[in-house]
Amino acid sequence: MHILAADGAVDPALSNLSDNLVLGMIVVYAVALFLFVFEAAYGRRESLKDTRLVAVGAEAGERADGLQVNLREQEPEAKASRHLLGRIGMAVTVLGLLVNLAQIVTRGLAADRWPWGNMFEFVVAICMCGVAAFLFAALRYRAHYLGAFVLVPVLLLLGVAVRWLYSESGPVVPALDSYWIAIHVSALILATGAFMVSGSATLTYLMAERTEAKKALGEQVNAIAAKLPSAALLDRLAHRMIVLAFPLWTFGVIAGAIWADEAWGRYWGWDPKEVWSFITWVVYAAYLHARATAGWQGKKAAWISLVGFACLLFNFFGVNYLFSGLHSYA
Amino acid sequence: MTEPTATPPSAPALSPLGWARWAWRVLTSMRTALVLLFLLALGAVPGSLLPQRRVSVEEVQNYYLDHPDLAPLLDKLSLFDVYSSPWYSAIYLLLFVSLAGCVLPRAAAHYRLVRARPPKTPRRLDRMPYSATFDVDASPEEVFGEARTLLRGHRIADYGDSLSAETGYLRETGNVVFHLSLVGLLVSLAYGSFFGYRGNMLLVEGDAFANTLTSYDAFYPGTAVDPAGIQPFWLRLDGFEASFVEEGGKAGQAESYLAEVTYRESPDSPEQTHELRVNHPLRVDGAQVYLLGHGYAPTFRVTDPEGRVVFDQAVPFLDRGDGNFTSDGVVKVPDIAPEQLGFTGVFLPSATSDDSGDLVSDFPAARNPVVVLKGFVGDLGLDSGNPQSVYQLYTKRMEEIGDSPPLAVGDRWELPNGAVVEFTGYRDYVSLQVTSDPGRPYALASAATAVLGLLCTLFVQPRRAWVRAVRREDGRTVVEVAGLVKTEGTAPLRRFHELSTQLNGRLRRSDRRAGTEKE
Ligand code: HEM
Repeated sequence: MHILAADGAVDPALSNLSDNLVLGMIVVYAVALFLFVFEAAYGRRESLKDTRLVAVGAEAGERADGLQVNLREQEPEAKASRHLLGRIGMAVTVLGLLVNLAQIVTRGLAADRWPWGNMFEFVVAICMCGVAAFLFAALRYRAHYLGAFVLVPVLLLLGVAVRWLYSESGPVVPALDSYWIAIHVSALILATGAFMVSGSATLTYLMAERTEAKKALGEQVNAIAAKLPSAALLDRLAHRMIVLAFPLWTFGVIAGAIWADEAWGRYWGWDPKEVWSFITWVVYAAYLHARATAGWQGKKAAWISLVGFACLLFNFFGVNYLFSGLHSYA
Repeated sequence: MTEPTATPPSAPALSPLGWARWAWRVLTSMRTALVLLFLLALGAVPGSLLPQRRVSVEEVQNYYLDHPDLAPLLDKLSLFDVYSSPWYSAIYLLLFVSLAGCVLPRAAAHYRLVRARPPKTPRRLDRMPYSATFDVDASPEEVFGEARTLLRGHRIADYGDSLSAETGYLRETGNVVFHLSLVGLLVSLAYGSFFGYRGNMLLVEGDAFANTLTSYDAFYPGTAVDPAGIQPFWLRLDGFEASFVEEGGKAGQAESYLAEVTYRESPDSPEQTHELRVNHPLRVDGAQVYLLGHGYAPTFRVTDPEGRVVFDQAVPFLDRGDGNFTSDGVVKVPDIAPEQLGFTGVFLPSATSDDSGDLVSDFPAARNPVVVLKGFVGDLGLDSGNPQSVYQLYTKRMEEIGDSPPLAVGDRWELPNGAVVEFTGYRDYVSLQVTSDPGRPYALASAATAVLGLLCTLFVQPRRAWVRAVRREDGRTVVEVAGLVKTEGTAPLRRFHELSTQLNGRLRRSDRRAGTEKE
């Protein structure tokens, strides 16, 4: 047997830079979070234009061009808290995303490999995808109001990553040395980011739902709760994000099965990680069914999607640390 | 099919046939599907918490040792074989029956819909989820002309005073394809587990393997596999290389494994070579050969008191899993008189003394290979007729003769009876797995169509739109636009709003043009 001298491929300068960028991005995201919280608390509730989540926005009825529009069902109101600081918050979030991206790229370059090979790198990449999914929702559905609700879990995750999961950059174990990591893990990380935005929207939805119930009873509601966007809008956004994430997750799990077939000699072996990806998938499928089943829409479906998100988190943290399996990279 | 929103009908007081019908309707309702999906998820949980036989038989045995009271009880509930247990099978089989009962009628209805013309325009369009009206100077023909351009991609039927348009058939097609692909996936899995097999063995550098039942250390055939008829390939391990991170915080982490093999598809085909790596299996004649792991096989030469060589071979030692390949093994020397010899041994690839002076291995590669043996003389028990594991020494009828000093390569250990054991070196071995699963391509095809179907069902919006244009007595044309979506929510209605505002805009522009021409 020969022992190939490992060419200790880690570039210390890049690796150092990458470690500093982690701290930089935490600071930038924290600033953005502060701005978003300020907007949520002190902004004015304004109508959002063209959210793509309602049919005609504020235009039902007689319009200037002589068009008389009539909707059979009432549209959800599309209002959210708006403040200049929130707009700055969006810009700061974009900056945070760029720092996040730079961190991942430098770490990949430092070790000369695809930059998701251990828990620390997964978490940082998931945060990037979560923020990217939020920015997508903000651009396409005007869902900037979720900023605070997405950045809280992002910062928590980054904190956990730096405090407990940190591992210096270096080569990966041979099983991870495959182009499938780029396909399988990327799809799952992206899906996780979108599921995260959906989870945040769902929690916000449940709060807004309570606010609306209280308002309907004539009760007083306090600052941030009173300024939440309408529940129906949040519910739709949460659904949209799951509709985006679910096929990605499906694809990612299938890509994983193909990879497992190549690396371990079987495409499905009920390894704990596989079991929990399957459970997560089934629960989100149940969510999609629930929305088409009488008596299960709304709050009940929302809880199912939160159960799905809990399974996702458990798959990530629980399975890596509690079980031993082929799939533990902790 | 049962409407997605339909609730299961309440139980009637009925004939057996009526009961059967009722049961079928309940089984194929969305609500039942939802419950079964939950059970499917919930039932999968214990399989990740408890050791599973199909993943690791040893872990199940250990569980039995650790929980002697609980384990038999759990075993009765098939909790060590969750995914092939009767109760889990019942859940997914019911789910798939429900799925077929739900989707097939829906597929038939969809087939009829695709073949039919878009339905007749309803009399009252203002009752539709979206409707809009406006009036213009343009004639109904011009209105229909513009509407047809805007409704590109729709199937359009002309009903005289109105157009009826429909689009998005792919959503329902996708739904049917997706659900049926899941059935296809299940069938492929079953097919593979009936007609496929899996086997494991160790192969020492230089040794060869022929794909027959007896060559395997462990063989798991599917129910319908004839072990005599498996693919007749042959392969030899020419060499093996492992590389590890040499220094730094990740020192000792494996970087790559490479096994060079020579193989033949069948006894009379030509020899070919392949670089077997993790993630690069060898595909041969419908089977795959995988590199799962590796280890060390120290080589020993034993000479009897008369100086005859009675043993000279490599003995695979099993890695303890400490990260540095401290490995345990057993050497059995049966062909020596008057008493047989047996040894248990520890192999340390990079031996060094730790703080307390004990000998340990501090690196996975063989920087300083050392073996320590414990010797036994007596009867190995090989002739008792009971099969023995090569990794265990049965010392019941043997007597311990003490420990060897640490032996480096080339060192000899003289036993009290005059025999000599020499540690002559080591060879690498690999652990290989051979799998043959004829269901694989079908499973992959099902998975691919499932994803395509899913994309269609999630992103295609089925819509019906109507445009009615009638000339009023004052010469103006009253245009009504209405639309219906079959998916949830009011958001998809924005497409109709786009249709009516664009139609209105275009006709107004042509009104204005006509107006300026008249002046
Ligand atoms: C293996 C189990 C199943 C899985 C993983 C599954 C998954 C899915 C998914 C992901 C969708 C897309 C949801 C959407 O269009 O928004 C869907 C839709 C649907 N499924 Fe299933 N399904 C399963 C079993 C069933 C069963 C047993 C039934 C019938 C009893 C059923 C009936 C339907 C129907 C009717 C829809 C369309 C819902 C709608 O109109 O929005 N499915 N399914």
